[in-house]
Amino acid sequence: MWDILVSYCSDALLITGSFLSLTFAIGLLRFPDFYTRMHAAGVSDTLCAGLIVLGLVLQAGISLVTLKLLFILLFLWFTSPTASFALARAAHRAGYRVSEQEEVASSNS
Amino acid sequence: MINIILLGFLAVVAIAVAMMRDLFAIVMLFGIYSLLTAGIFVSLDAVDVAFTEAAVGAGISTILILSTLALTSREEKQPTHSFLLPLLVVLVTGATLVYGTLDMPAFSDPEAPVHQHVAPHYLNQAEQETGVPNIVTAVLASYRSYDTMGEVTVIFTAGIAVLLLLSAFRHHEDEASNLNDLSHHPVLRYIARLMIPFILLFALYVQFHGDYGPGGGFQAGVIFAAGFILYGLVVGIDKTRQMFSESKLHWLMASGLLLYIGVGIVSLLLGGEFLNYNVFAADPLKGQHWGIFLVELGVGITVTATMISVFLAFSEVRRSE
Amino acid sequence: MSTFIDLYNYWIFIFLMMVGFYIVISQGNLVKKIIGLNIFQTAVFLLYISMGKVKGGTAPIIMAGDVSYSNPLPHVLILTAIVVGVATTALAMALIIRIRKAYGTIEEQDIHEQDASL
Repeated sequence: MWDILVSYCSDALLITGSFLSLTFAIGLLRFPDFYTRMHAAGVSDTLCAGLIVLGLVLQAGISLVTLKLLFILLFLWFTSPTASFALARAAHRAGYRVSEQEEVASSNS
Repeated sequence: MINIILLGFLAVVAIAVAMMRDLFAIVMLFGIYSLLTAGIFVSLDAVDVAFTEAAVGAGISTILILSTLALTSREEKQPTHSFLLPLLVVLVTGATLVYGTLDMPAFSDPEAPVHQHVAPHYLNQAEQETGVPNIVTAVLASYRSYDTMGEVTVIFTAGIAVLLLLSAFRHHEDEASNLNDLSHHPVLRYIARLMIPFILLFALYVQFHGDYGPGGGFQAGVIFAAGFILYGLVVGIDKTRQMFSESKLHWLMASGLLLYIGVGIVSLLLGGEFLNYNVFAADPLKGQHWGIFLVELGVGITVTATMISVFLAFSEVRRSE
Repeated sequence: MSTFIDLYNYWIFIFLMMVGFYIVISQGNLVKKIIGLNIFQTAVFLLYISMGKVKGGTAPIIMAGDVSYSNPLPHVLILTAIVVGVATTALAMALIIRIRKAYGTIEEQDIHEQDASL
């Protein structure tokens, strides 16, 4: 009974993670300018990776593998926001600004 | 299934590399290509190889090519000559190769000739003969240690050649270096400083756990070097240079290889063949253990020192003409 | 159809190899040529590793029980080849930097023109 519950939970986490990462990938392609795309990529890095790793942790049970997976998660949560930040900052320094459309929309409202 | 999808991605990335003109984007795509390759290696059971490819392809070689771009130019000129002839050559060669594959055994066929020759011996006997559960390490460091010695020599020689080629253009000590310098970036600096000890610790784990899990000298060497390259990128080249002076790195590069050869010579003196570790101790397994340990250590030292000194040599080239 | 599934892997590798080959012979930029060469090299690596794969096998690290393993020999060859590959790529890059210092360009066409005008 317990096993089945855990395996369902893990499946749910994996599927949610994969689905979200697919939507973020679409967002990455469809969003209008650099910063909104960055946003899609950055969020998928932490959220989807988190969900998928947690799903795998549930499948692995309590073992050394689980510990390693949790370490991977920890490192991902440290490094991927840093990478997103560095990328956004570099873009800002290079002179990329929020797209025209966005500015027009905000000035109209 | 996952294999087929990853291979499809690879093909798409390769075409994109061929079509694009912006070299900077090409280098980034090439990093992605390497990472995909590493993924395919994992799905083909080659964990040790995947390890190396991820550290080398997505890390070190990307940084090296980027440093070259910073020193040369970023945009590629439109080629003037026709592309028809190269395309024809490529198509003919490709068709010939495809014709050749028709005779090849099916993918993942256990009866294929490659699996009949020495591989069964390695898989069945290696653990009894060398005491190492990771067969890749056993073959690399014991059965085919001549081969590995040659490879380490090649890496050492290539490193020396790079240093010779670039030494004429080194900028002077007092010249401020701003290439690759991210030291004005507080967040990156902080996170990198947090991560670097873990990267180095992980490299040591890979080095000394290589007998039992995926790992070994080559992988540990590139991971260790990647850690120091990260240090060099965020803290500044000058500080890294203070830590690794030129003579120290040269000494390390040579000493790794010398350790490897020394192990071979000692085994000769003890009455065995060159690089036969059985003679190191009364118990052959113990001898094997020591031999593999020392040889892998030599590989690790040479690879680390070569990669770091190549990186430093690239970073210290004068940018002005 | 069964031929297709059996040999699909090899064909993709040949395709990658040919893309790399095409870049090497058709492009004038030296850095891009080296990247093409690297793609070619990776295709060879993939070919070796995929020949080592055994159906139902696992990574060649001996475990308890009756398990079948993939062939470890290609792994050893390619593992060292990758590190040698990055060392030779570094050498190529150093040569490119030297060429740039001597000629002021890394386009093959311009280099030939300068050589011809000497």
